[in-house]
Amino acid sequence: MGASTANFRAPGGIHPAYHKDLAAEQPIAEMPLPAMLVVSMSQHLGKPAEPTVKKGDTVLRGQVIGEAAGFISAAVHAPTSGTVKLVAAVATAAGPRATAITIVPDGEDTWVEGITPCPGWQTLDKKAIAEKIAAAGITGMGGAGFPTHVKVSPPPEAEIDTLILNGAECEPYLTADYRLMIEHAARIWEGALIIAKALEATTIRVAIEDNKPQAIAAMQDAIPAEAKDAQVVVLKTEYPQGAEKQQIFAITGREVPCGGLPLNVGIVVENVGTTLAVWEAVVNGLPLTERVTTVTGGPIATPGNVKARLGTSYADLVEFCGGTSGTISKIISGGPMMGFAQPDLACGTTKTTSGLLLLGPDAVQAYESMPCISCGRCVGVCPMKLMPNELSQFLEAEDYETAEAYNVMDCIECGCCAFECPAHRPLVQHMRRGKAQVMLIRRKQAS
Amino acid sequence: MSELAIVSSSPHAHSGSSVQRIMLDVIIALVPAMAAATYAFGWDAIRLISACVLACVASEGVSRKWMGRDLGVEDLSAVITGILLAFNLPPSLPTWMAVVGSVFAIVICKQLFGGIGYNPFNPALAGRVMLLISFPVFMTTWSTWGIPAPLAVDAITTATPLGLVKTAIATTGELPFTFNGATALQLFVGNQNGCIGEVSAAALLLGGLYMLVRRCISWHIPVAYLGTVTLFSAILWLHHPQQNLNPGFHLLAGGLMLGAIFMATDMVTSPVTKRGMLVFGAGCGLLTMLVRKWGGYPEGVSFAILLMNAVTPLINRATRPRVFGAVKKKKA
Ligand code: SF4
Ligand code: SF4
Repeated sequence: MGASTANFRAPGGIHPAYHKDLAAEQPIAEMPLPAMLVVSMSQHLGKPAEPTVKKGDTVLRGQVIGEAAGFISAAVHAPTSGTVKLVAAVATAAGPRATAITIVPDGEDTWVEGITPCPGWQTLDKKAIAEKIAAAGITGMGGAGFPTHVKVSPPPEAEIDTLILNGAECEPYLTADYRLMIEHAARIWEGALIIAKALEATTIRVAIEDNKPQAIAAMQDAIPAEAKDAQVVVLKTEYPQGAEKQQIFAITGREVPCGGLPLNVGIVVENVGTTLAVWEAVVNGLPLTERVTTVTGGPIATPGNVKARLGTSYADLVEFCGGTSGTISKIISGGPMMGFAQPDLACGTTKTTSGLLLLGPDAVQAYESMPCISCGRCVGVCPMKLMPNELSQFLEAEDYETAEAYNVMDCIECGCCAFECPAHRPLVQHMRRGKAQVMLIRRKQAS
Repeated sequence: MSELAIVSSSPHAHSGSSVQRIMLDVIIALVPAMAAATYAFGWDAIRLISACVLACVASEGVSRKWMGRDLGVEDLSAVITGILLAFNLPPSLPTWMAVVGSVFAIVICKQLFGGIGYNPFNPALAGRVMLLISFPVFMTTWSTWGIPAPLAVDAITTATPLGLVKTAIATTGELPFTFNGATALQLFVGNQNGCIGEVSAAALLLGGLYMLVRRCISWHIPVAYLGTVTLFSAILWLHHPQQNLNPGFHLLAGGLMLGAIFMATDMVTSPVTKRGMLVFGAGCGLLTMLVRKWGGYPEGVSFAILLMNAVTPLINRATRPRVFGAVKKKKA
């Protein structure tokens, strides 16, 4: 079976400048241990993990240093062996402060006892697979960081027939998933088989945009013989093809209901990086202690795809990539469309740090916001088919009720509307604030 | 790193579009029609266009200052209002009247409503209609026009082609001329009487094409507008060819091209959804034909568009897209 093209066209979408050439051809480079790692307990969606070590403790690589705090949470493991220097709250990349554990590596990188590889995973049942994934602390590595063990243990009434591997990587600049697919196609496929087994899904689709022919070829060549219904699906290059709901629609024509989850339509989507982490966790028994981050942007001397331990500071990542030249106007954790701007390079990487993007003054512009001229562009590009123009006006007037009635909660904060708006209106900012306010109102009403 | 980097909400990328750039593109798109107007009407075209543009920009600047708005005239929208208003004036109109129309368009129809983005009606059209009501004689006085053979009933007339048809049908019940390839070509290149900007369909189409390419307009409104006029006039014509001119004439005569390409597509006063644009265009077409066929004026483009401007909020509401994932809950 050859790679097929997507049958459906998801609504909206934009075509930003991609700038992927900066780092695309750089093979994944493993970064040596830095002098210090600051490991956040809030690496995922849901409750932050509870620290299980204190200042002065010695830890081994892979040892649990943060316990999952409830079902929607994930364990955090020591990224290397060393001494705990500090347990304190620090700012996360997204803004709010969270407890972080500072580890000074001893340089030995000694693994904890009890790592048990399981190459014969085929004999595991779905519960055992989910347990191994939970024990490894795996979370979605593409975007929000939803705990993976939750995703692979759907409620029994949800009949999952299809697993989609998200290799779209539609954010400009980022190339980490691209490199993973080229360099580790077979492992990713085996990881997919493991997840499919846990889900009892019979169909596997790998979604890749057509601007990544090498990745498409690599994944195509590596389709395992034992996979019954596995295919690479080529998506048109368009942002946000990597957004879960839009991707599901493009491949299957199924529409995830408002406020619903992919499992409502029998589908689970996993990022390719996450899938590789699952392979490591099940086949090699290794917890998640490192990830590949694309370090890129104009001011970076030698952009690249860096495999670094969790908690590596952005400053160390930049130094590993040859430092910077010229003025740095913006520091972004993630990609330019949905990433978080940082005041400095102090933050440490987490399981969701797909990219570290530095922008020079040429790529950053300050805009004066104007009144909406009703051009309709935001309406045309919104992948959720919202009307950002009027939503933003309701929100400006603090009319949260109307905004909720007109589906502000369905906004995925993709940024397409603001990207297109000729009046430079801060549309996504309005949406974010609006969503937060509506949540607050809902919570108040509930209590 | 000594200084802190800029922190702002995502997205950190922008398409590079701006209101000013869109307006500049519209002005560029108006250049062929301005050239055609100058060719057809000479000094009068230059006089009216400059008077309207200057008056619009000046009143925009002054009223923004008075009203304490922080925006200046740099978004160029007042320039467009000026050109379009001038396009909707007969060549012999006195300059001071053009100035009055411009001030009315900008101050009353735009700034009093809140300035750019807030005006419910197309300011240029509102200005034109105000002039038409205040100075009906001046607004319908056309220069003499030597009509080449095929169009001619008499060699010299002071009416527009649409006016000619309306009067002839009202008095004799017959069409004043036949419409064939040669007449079509005349109207197409701009050899007709009319407002200064509406005479050359070719120049207007060229500008429309440019705006399409530059994404200042989408095809929906012009196509729905012109399509509806074509359909409507085709039905009338097939039904009664003695009393109705064929669709080709309706498309090329009067202010239809100007209206469909430049006036109905004004972003601020037309719908934002694609389906809404189709409804809007079709409504304009229908109203235009109703006026042309049964109304008191020979031409109905301005009224049609202004009326549709008024219902634009309703159209937006009625054509709100179905939110992705809404309604289609899992089949129960
Ligand atoms: S950020 Fe929200 S409103 Fe804007 S385009 Fe994306 S989904 Fe639509
Ligand atoms: S893109 Fe901006 S100017 Fe255009 S309709 Fe949307 S909010 Fe208004």
